[in-house]
Amino acid sequence: MISKIFVRNFYTSNSLSEIRKLARLRVVDNSPLGKQAMAEGKPPKVIHVYNKQSVGTTGDMVLLAIKGEKKKGILVGVVKDQKPNIPRFDSNNVVLIEHNGTPVGTRIHVPIPHLLRTILKEKTHAKGADYTKLLSIATKFL
Amino acid sequence: MARLLCVKFRNNLRNLIRLPPSKDFNSCKTEMRYGYTIERMARLREERVGMADMHASISSLFSSITADGGRPRRALKTLPVFSNLSVKRLIELLFGVSASGYSSQKQSIQASVGIRFSSQNDIESTVKQGTVISSDIRFKYPEFLPHPYMKWRNSIREKLERSDMLKRRSNIVIPEFYVGSILAVTSSNVHAVTRTTKFVGICIRRQGSGLNSSFLLRNVVDNQGVEILYELYDPKIQKIDVLRLEKRLDNDLMYLRDAEPQYSTFPFDMEPEYLSKEEEVPINPIKVKLKPRPWRKRYELDDYKGIEPFDHLLSWRVIRRKPRALKHKRPVQYDLMWHYRNTIPEEEQREIYTEVCSELQKQEIRGQKIKRKSEFVSPEKAT
Repeated sequence: MISKIFVRNFYTSNSLSEIRKLARLRVVDNSPLGKQAMAEGKPPKVIHVYNKQSVGTTGDMVLLAIKGEKKKGILVGVVKDQKPNIPRFDSNNVVLIEHNGTPVGTRIHVPIPHLLRTILKEKTHAKGADYTKLLSIATKFL
Repeated sequence: MARLLCVKFRNNLRNLIRLPPSKDFNSCKTEMRYGYTIERMARLREERVGMADMHASISSLFSSITADGGRPRRALKTLPVFSNLSVKRLIELLFGVSASGYSSQKQSIQASVGIRFSSQNDIESTVKQGTVISSDIRFKYPEFLPHPYMKWRNSIREKLERSDMLKRRSNIVIPEFYVGSILAVTSSNVHAVTRTTKFVGICIRRQGSGLNSSFLLRNVVDNQGVEILYELYDPKIQKIDVLRLEKRLDNDLMYLRDAEPQYSTFPFDMEPEYLSKEEEVPINPIKVKLKPRPWRKRYELDDYKGIEPFDHLLSWRVIRRKPRALKHKRPVQYDLMWHYRNTIPEEEQREIYTEVCSELQKQEIRGQKIKRKSEFVSPEKAT
């Protein structure tokens, strides 16, 4: 109780807004699972980031815990500071995908960065997962 | 042994910064705590009016103020804002001494260079061989001033950067804009299908100097806040349009991140609003409404003019600790050395702008011509 009182509201600088394990994300597609989780106020939690730095950025794949399920997702917008000409978003956005890279939803409601086109094309292998399907359900690129 | 070392260090320090013997070690220590480095102090001393002289003069000033009628606060309040004053001018202002010396020096500068500089109160400035240096040029082209940090200064690099900036400006029209203006930037993007992208947004921050200078645009698209940082002299940029030229009450609008989204929503098909050249750049007095906490910064500790009163959004604990936090804030407004270290002196500013102003004016005129050309509509045939 005492520790709660003292720890709460104590901060001196901005947080780094890094996407690590246990970070909460915002699902931006119209998949029923994601929509329901966001509506209930239980946004998905990152339980693994599939890269070597273990800090996720635009285009990285993450494993999520969402409504008691394990689901993969692709980061389509991040809060942390970006290099010039790359958009920075006000929330950490994620799109849910199946294991073969097919998105669960049929529409992405927010703009996604152009950079994602290059990154996802590079990640796609001929016989492996095809991530470029995500690009075709996007409504707007920035 | 430790004590001996300490004495040795003290002597070395004294030699390094060449302080008069009366200056004691404790005051040196306090200076170092506030970020003076030894090399820098030595350099400052070499370059300008002696540091010790400065210190002596400032301390005598404060003693004189306190002695005068015993109302130090009132006297301090009458001091001007120092940010664009030179050290000599500052001393002159503070004491009233050496005023004649300074003015005679000023005249000699004017005679040698052939330019008359505007004084503090003058708004418009004067002409030399057809070139005009207006007093607001440093707000119009702030990126021509180098970073004031002494360790990063290099006169040759700065000069080269300035010439490169002018070369870039001869290829692309980089218009006048301020924090709070709404811009549309068209840039080439290898990732896009059409290879070019356009982004519209309000400029919430301008930072950097020289070729490094950049600006941050913010917009809300489909209820999603987006920000893009652009470098001003980036060759990828194809076109910069100012859709609405205006200023805001603050020089840093990063609080728009924590404000309601309607304050940073701008349509992508916005029509440019033209402002005639004679008109002064208007200041938009809008005050934004913050969203409830948590915020990215402790806005209650800084006095932002562009935010609506938000005390009702603070918790009682934050309100309770506010006066305590303000007490421990470093009062920089009366700190002459802080201003000296964090600004470019007036003389140097003049030197830099006299170097670039003629070229900039030529380019301004050229930019107007281009604008007029693009606005020209061919008359229809009378029937």
